[in-house]
Amino acid sequence: MYVYDEYDRQILTERVAQFRNQTDRALAGELSEEEFLPLRLQNGLYVQRLAPMLRIAVPYGMLRSDQLRRLARISRDYDKGYAHFTTRQNVQLNWPALEDVPDILAELAEVEMHANQTSGNCIRNTTTDQFAGVQADEMVDPRPYCELIRQWSTYHPEFAFLPRKFKIAVNASDDHDRAAVQVHDIGLEFTRNDAGELGFRVYVGGGLGRTPVVSPVIREFLPEMDLLTYLEAVLRVYNRYGRRDNKFKARIKILVKAMTPEAFAEKVEAEWEHIKDTPSQLTPEAIERVKAFFTEPDYASLDDNPDALKAPREENKAFDAWVKRNVDAHKKPGYSIVTLTMKKTGVPPGDASDRQLEQIADLADQYSFGEARVTHQQNVVLADVRQDQLFELWRAIRPMGFATANLGTLTDIICCPGGDYCALANAKSIPVAEAIQRRFDDMDYVYDLGDIDLNISGCMNACGHHHVGNIGVLGVDKKGQEFYQISLGGSSQRDASLGKILGPSFAREEMPEVIEKIINVYVDNRTEEESFLDTYRRIGIDPFKERVYA
Amino acid sequence: MPELIRHDGIHNDEWTLVSKPEEGQDLSLPDGPALLPAAVWKENMDRFAGRNDIGIWFDSHEEPEVYADMIGDLPVIAVNFPKFTDGRGYSIARLLRERYGYEGELRAVGDVLLDQLFYMKRCGFNAYALREDKDSAHAEYCLNVFSNAYQAAVDTEQPLFRRRAS
Ligand code: HEM
Ligand code: SF4
Repeated sequence: MYVYDEYDRQILTERVAQFRNQTDRALAGELSEEEFLPLRLQNGLYVQRLAPMLRIAVPYGMLRSDQLRRLARISRDYDKGYAHFTTRQNVQLNWPALEDVPDILAELAEVEMHANQTSGNCIRNTTTDQFAGVQADEMVDPRPYCELIRQWSTYHPEFAFLPRKFKIAVNASDDHDRAAVQVHDIGLEFTRNDAGELGFRVYVGGGLGRTPVVSPVIREFLPEMDLLTYLEAVLRVYNRYGRRDNKFKARIKILVKAMTPEAFAEKVEAEWEHIKDTPSQLTPEAIERVKAFFTEPDYASLDDNPDALKAPREENKAFDAWVKRNVDAHKKPGYSIVTLTMKKTGVPPGDASDRQLEQIADLADQYSFGEARVTHQQNVVLADVRQDQLFELWRAIRPMGFATANLGTLTDIICCPGGDYCALANAKSIPVAEAIQRRFDDMDYVYDLGDIDLNISGCMNACGHHHVGNIGVLGVDKKGQEFYQISLGGSSQRDASLGKILGPSFAREEMPEVIEKIINVYVDNRTEEESFLDTYRRIGIDPFKERVYA
Repeated sequence: MPELIRHDGIHNDEWTLVSKPEEGQDLSLPDGPALLPAAVWKENMDRFAGRNDIGIWFDSHEEPEVYADMIGDLPVIAVNFPKFTDGRGYSIARLLRERYGYEGELRAVGDVLLDQLFYMKRCGFNAYALREDKDSAHAEYCLNVFSNAYQAAVDTEQPLFRRRAS
């Protein structure tokens, strides 16, 4: 994991002092609310329905155990004792006091953490695959590149006041896209050209929210050394020509659409020609330097599927089910990737208490070289667990609530905070997730249904990624009443697609029933090998409509 | 006389900012040094030949590209920030400095607030007409709030990754 040097430490210390100064001036009335707004947003501080909310950055989802412990302490000392893992791989606190935020930032800085640019019209936290560096099928480890993007985007002087927020995601795996790169403002996908050189396929202009778009490719191959200059060219074109007259048309996706992807790409190329050979071009030394922080931990030399795993799997059905669902293949023999699910029925998806954060820290120390990762599905990953310790780990995490063996299934729901916390919500979302989880409490049945993404957002801002859920649920407001609209067929995978709206919306009580009908259509129509999405794509939306509105 | 912040301290501002003339209105020049709207200046360039007390200003939507070959000798160019949240002026400043080689005084005018000064400086501004209600006593801290930066910009040719790697 990246470790700060003197430069990083000093810059961050100065940032904390700056925000303290700004907060003091705001509290003293020297800064108007309007003037303070972008400053506090760029330090992660929202003002929400019930209290301020602080969004803490977790660069590319990576956390060390000391950082987890610090988050636990902060949530205890300054909040109500829990935190929330978000779909942007960040951590949110729901109840901090405005006056305390400079102190919280100072405490975070001590463990090389911050809330930089987690909100506001600037370049946000860059996200990537939570399995980066440990899976067998990736081209390279994307994290050093994410770290270079992090540094480049941090306090970028030209791009702190963009027309709108800006999100970059990176994927390095050929088979999967766990970072949903095609629904980001910029998506970067590692690729090689005909000469075998490493570079990126560049997508620009995707995103969810009010106008969801799966992004077009604007460059098939960008050499790796040109990463930052090209990003700079894209951002400059956006900064200059993105719409500023209408907040709802200000995202880069609207600009790319209006110009057409081809014309936009040409404009970027023209801009890039001027800057590609400047000192901002990366160097092999610079990349090597950052790569040195992401070297392999001290793996033992082991064999796959040891007796200490085989035997308990044969004897213990629940453990076996958990291994099948929540444990993924690792590039090193004898190791596994474990996902701790934060989706126990009755707990809001992604919520973790201070005690749980400490437990995750302890688990990371004991089983995974002191590191954990946040996933955009609001779960937590231990990336380097020895297979011969899986049984022991499983027994340890069951009482902690992390062993719900539903990863990737219908009940592993992505869910935004919705009307329970969010001032923008049209409807609650957490109780809908819970009701669906209760309806589908027969795990054998849930396993039989296989992989299904069910995503819920409380309003069209789409924090819960409902557009790219195989089943998407969107809270809508009808004359002050909460209703839920369903869409089917979304995917955030490499074959990304947006869901299609099923029809008129439903009352909250109807939701479990409606989901069940949808599932039954799948069960009745599927062939042996088909996932929910496969079946949907084959038979289309009509059979679902017929059953649900019958 | 209004104040102007430069990197060496606070000065009296001798220059008058001339606003864009309304439709059909003639250009009336003030006495003394004046900053004209770029388009107006371009249309009337012959009138100002040989004068070194005429500068221009760009609005945030304007394109310095159009003026690239004409501006080298201007003593002052200003860039207007109609709202402090309108970030286009940062890109304009970098283009003027880095692409069109402008070396004279580059001023930020309009809704210029303290907490943006550091970014403005990095993008090539070297003079700031702070919004009137803001206290210039804070300017020095705000201009120097960070002692280092990750990226290359007008004030730093070598990005930190190059300085670190060497
Ligand atoms: C509770 C406070 C929150 C507020 C006020 C809020 C506000 C917003 C708004 C206004 C947007 C739409 C922006 C746009 O499309 O231009 C948005 C988008 C988004 N938010 Fe939130 N959000 C909140 C919490 C969260 C949480 C908890 C998560 C993660 C679980 C999240 C993740 C996202 C994501 C992923 C988008 C993406 C939309 C896109 O790709 O365009 N937000 N949020
Ligand atoms: S989707 Fe809407 S309700 Fe949910 S967190 Fe985002 S803004 Fe709030």
